[in-house]
Amino acid sequence: MFVFILRRLSQTALVLLVTSLLVFAGLFVIGDPVEILISPEADQIERERARVALGLDKPGWMQYLLFVKNAASGDLGKSFVYGRPALDVIFERMPATLELATVAMFISIFVGIPLGLYAGLKPDSRIAKGIMAISIVGFSLPTFWVGLMLIMLFAVQLGWLPSTGRGPTTEFLGMQLSIVHWDGLKYALLPGLNLALFKLSLIIRLTRAQVRENVLLDYMRFARAKGLRKSRVLGVHLLKNIMIPLVTVIGLELGSVIAFAIVTESIFAWPGMGKLVIDSIFQLDRPVVVAYLMITVLMFVFINLVIDILYSILDPRVRLTAAKN
Amino acid sequence: MTTSPLSTQLVDETPWRQFVRDFMQSRIAVCGLALLLMVLLLALFAPWIAPQNPYDLSKLDLMDSKLAPGSKSMMGSIFLLGTDGMGRDMLSAILYGLRVSLLVGVVSGVIALAIGASLGVSAAFFGGRYEQILMRIVDIQLGFPAILVALILIAVLGSGVEKVIIALITVQWAYYARTARSAALVERNKEYMEAARGLGLPTWRVLLKHLIPNTLPPLIVVGTVQVAHAIALEATLSFLGLGLPITEPSLGLLISNGYEFMLSGKYWISVYPGVALLLTIVAINLVGDQLRDVLNPRLAR
Repeated sequence: MFVFILRRLSQTALVLLVTSLLVFAGLFVIGDPVEILISPEADQIERERARVALGLDKPGWMQYLLFVKNAASGDLGKSFVYGRPALDVIFERMPATLELATVAMFISIFVGIPLGLYAGLKPDSRIAKGIMAISIVGFSLPTFWVGLMLIMLFAVQLGWLPSTGRGPTTEFLGMQLSIVHWDGLKYALLPGLNLALFKLSLIIRLTRAQVRENVLLDYMRFARAKGLRKSRVLGVHLLKNIMIPLVTVIGLELGSVIAFAIVTESIFAWPGMGKLVIDSIFQLDRPVVVAYLMITVLMFVFINLVIDILYSILDPRVRLTAAKN
Repeated sequence: MTTSPLSTQLVDETPWRQFVRDFMQSRIAVCGLALLLMVLLLALFAPWIAPQNPYDLSKLDLMDSKLAPGSKSMMGSIFLLGTDGMGRDMLSAILYGLRVSLLVGVVSGVIALAIGASLGVSAAFFGGRYEQILMRIVDIQLGFPAILVALILIAVLGSGVEKVIIALITVQWAYYARTARSAALVERNKEYMEAARGLGLPTWRVLLKHLIPNTLPPLIVVGTVQVAHAIALEATLSFLGLGLPITEPSLGLLISNGYEFMLSGKYWISVYPGVALLLTIVAINLVGDQLRDVLNPRLAR
């Protein structure tokens, strides 16, 4: 177990190293870092001072070490647009993104699993076929196009839900959240649904496949033969067994929901990290872009690590094969 | 090959004919193929079919801007799908946009296939440390969502046609490498490979003439699906304004341009390019699905 975690940790360190090298190369080797990291309004003296402060008079490898050292101590530069440390700007936007991701995961789990169960238990019914057709559509349509259609249908044509922005926020557990009240929640529904659509399709298909496999197994026959109520057979026996693969996939998808929020936030003008990074790319606010990329990669690597470890605890076979390699 | 009476009798059952017959068995796949061919022809002959050259700014008239589908222009011609904010005929813009989208998708797909397949096959063939390191890189990269990898690259490289293609190749090569390796691992131990090696053929010949051709079927299947993914990803990047330059709008950029008019009810600027994108992706996926069934030896009829 310890060796397994150690191995994964070293791999994690490697990924961070490669990402930082890539970002460093992009900023310092391809472009002119003075142009990129220093505000265009700075005068000549300020530029020179920054040049020394950034260590640009030193050889390349020392510059890289300096960059890593600063990044490790949480200093990824100051945003030109906001005039504050880039990390602070990111962290300020993070609750909005996490909120949207939560709504999306909530929709995909609590709509996806029941639909998948139904489609798996009654695979030949017309409703089940309809559910599967919808899941195929959810797989192949580009997210941004679905978002536009949602806005057109629910906001422009029907006028049921607001199309853009985030609703009024309230202080909750030390964070500014909008989903604790209906006024705020209704702003999160369309973007949440948009972000959920791909995961929803995935969970429906996965649940259906799992159900169809499990209903034929002996433990299910036994549970039915014992004369248990149908709700208990499905709700306890079946659900427990199909949960293990589902939990893994849901965990893995959590990270990609945060990454794909870039698209959804841009469409719905949702003020999260994703919209921030797109705006920052256009405003040439490079420190924020760099900080976003480093934070997201870090989050990703962390989520993957946690899932790997959790999975090896849940399923000893994984641990054994990993140890053998 | 010499023609014997026997082979003329069997001419109906060449692998190619068998493949075509198997493919034709699904009506929906044939519809997909027909749709795909139509899209390809429209894109290829766009300059001759399109009523207007959407890149020629001197032909545009601002008086014609934001006209509904079917309205007449100042010059008397009819805009079948309406016009955009600059007075561009949407039908022409879509046909030209289709060209750009398909070109970027196919070019990046083919290059990624070449890179990924050669790395994957060589990994399976040579094995050892080389294989381990390569496959670890593939695993790590596939752990990240495509959009994040593409965003890192675009942020580092800047935007533009060749940079988008580089980003798409980087996103895709790992899928091909993984598929090629697993196919090659299966083929490597088959008798014909043993025979080829036993004949003392040089390594490059064994690889190029024997191993690689036999790993192609699964790669073709992954390839069709990946091209659809690449087109969708390029459209997404362009929609975000990080993709192709505005001078040569792809479908994603057209949709993005129409977005600002959508809230005021001028739906056609965004919707029709989206429908074109959708039909393209669905057609490719339908063909890909059927190819997977036909080329899968386990389902061989």
